[in-house]
Amino acid sequence: MTAVMEAKGLSKHFQARRGLFGGSRGVVRAVDEISFAIETGHTLGVVGESGCGKTTTAKLVLGLETPSGGSIQFEGRDLETLDTPGRRRYRKSVQAVFQDPYASLNPRMRISAIIAEPLVTNEKTVAPEVRHRVLELLDLVGLPERSADLFPHEFSGGQRQRIAIARALVLSPQVIVLDEPVSALDVSIRAQILNLLRSLQTRLGLSYLFIAHDLAAVAHMSHEIVVMYLGKIVESGEARALALSPKHPYTKALFAAALPSHPDERSDEPVLQGEVPSPLSPPSGCHFHPRCPHATARCAQEAPRLRPVEGRQVACHLFE
Amino acid sequence: MTVTTTPLAAAAASPAARTLKLWRLEGFPLIPVLILLLIAFVAVFADFLAPYDPQIGSLARRFRPPAWEAGGSMAHLLGTDHVGRDVLSRLIFGARVSMVVGLTAVLVAGGIGTLLGILSGYLGGWVDQVIMRVTDAWLALPALTFAIFLAAIVGPSELNIIVILGGVYWTRYARVVRGEVLSLKQREFVRLAVVAGCSKWLIMRRHILPNVLNSAIVLATLMLGVVIVTEASLSFLGVGVPPPKPAWGLMMADGKKGLMVGYWWLTVFPGICIMLMVLSANLLGDWLRVKLDPQLRQL
Repeated sequence: MTAVMEAKGLSKHFQARRGLFGGSRGVVRAVDEISFAIETGHTLGVVGESGCGKTTTAKLVLGLETPSGGSIQFEGRDLETLDTPGRRRYRKSVQAVFQDPYASLNPRMRISAIIAEPLVTNEKTVAPEVRHRVLELLDLVGLPERSADLFPHEFSGGQRQRIAIARALVLSPQVIVLDEPVSALDVSIRAQILNLLRSLQTRLGLSYLFIAHDLAAVAHMSHEIVVMYLGKIVESGEARALALSPKHPYTKALFAAALPSHPDERSDEPVLQGEVPSPLSPPSGCHFHPRCPHATARCAQEAPRLRPVEGRQVACHLFE
Repeated sequence: MTVTTTPLAAAAASPAARTLKLWRLEGFPLIPVLILLLIAFVAVFADFLAPYDPQIGSLARRFRPPAWEAGGSMAHLLGTDHVGRDVLSRLIFGARVSMVVGLTAVLVAGGIGTLLGILSGYLGGWVDQVIMRVTDAWLALPALTFAIFLAAIVGPSELNIIVILGGVYWTRYARVVRGEVLSLKQREFVRLAVVAGCSKWLIMRRHILPNVLNSAIVLATLMLGVVIVTEASLSFLGVGVPPPKPAWGLMMADGKKGLMVGYWWLTVFPGICIMLMVLSANLLGDWLRVKLDPQLRQL
């Protein structure tokens, strides 16, 4: 297996202005030295609570933000070192589907124009070819041909997300960043969209960076999972193993908080207390220690590093 | 509100018919629209409708009262002014001046304001700072005084008035459009356009501009009244449309000396015309504002 995309020590820090006159400045480490790899044809799931850096990671991969440190490698080459044609090729190879299907389609454009936009912006193509490609994609995502000439407001949330997926596919990319693609949808529609994404993956050999807070969806979709807390990776590994027996106390708590498939199946795991601390002043040592049921004095002083534990990576002093 | 059709019939109606019905239900300002259409019609066909030349009078027929007053005749339905020109004909041609000046000035103001608003909102940074500080400075000046000042410098002419009004009133567009752009910029379709590789200019043209047009149109309708009043005021003060051209404001200025001696028709009729036009434009604008963009309500 080869990794199509690899992040090494990737960081993104934001300068935050504090106080009315901007006297003291703080730094928000939205993403703090994380490393991950997306295998060709695989899905890498990223989970965590709001504010843990999931979306910033997506923005970094999409080039919407520039990293403060570390690097992203695409097909073995560092993004920083790419020349203009190389960057253009990268941009064409990495597309995105965002969370809100009501905000991700320009209400003033017809569906055909929305889907074709990445194509006509990046390549010289003639109208009949573009039209052909649009119809092909509509068919691929399971929408009727006549959708091409309609406007977004004529579609439901699930249909809009299909349109967004068709648009992301138009340039035949290798990687698609899925930033909470089903969170805004009805539960009944979610499964349809997730299954569509899976079947597209096997048919087209796509790699996904799947970002979500819905653990069931992530476990269902991913080959590997990365769990983030306050900008850092606390646990990563093969999806099934990680979902069935989480190691890190945070991962355990996350999965315990997820609704069981049957109401009688109450788990005995403790549910997390308290809120995510402010990223402006994260706790010392292990960021998770104030909420951790197993915290020791050491956790407050020393930040744990990611270490291999039973075939995966865990950042916790408990596993040494 | 009464329901005139059964739900079944409504579902069977074509989308166009349903839209029409919806629009009618929401208090469509029929009378103001009819008044505006009438003024527009009169302005376009002034040459055929006016019974006399609006700029040439006969001193032998000065100060004739309207037809229904003692001494009036059907020859001059609304009377004549101090040089014997037919008031009705001047009102009819005055409609043309008001329409041309009003519409083009709103277009100029809207064009400048929308462009600057989009640049300011989308590019941000120092571009935003510069444009918004200029806008603030502009807004701090009283519009009418500023317009008089400019008109006094460049001299009165119809074209100058259009440019001046456009140059004075663009600030409101810039403000409203910038706010709108700031929220659009955060929308996911704009971020996706960046991912798709669109340039800034393409995004502004294809994604931002079409989405701010609604607000710009609403504002234009509301501004039409303001611009027409300002044009009339400038003409009244003698720095607007130069005489002998028949502008409503100018007619009132000419007629004000006659007011004390009872020649009321010289000021009242143009006054009614201005009032009707401004009121109609505002009522239409108010309705459009609610109809097209609920967010603009508090403006």
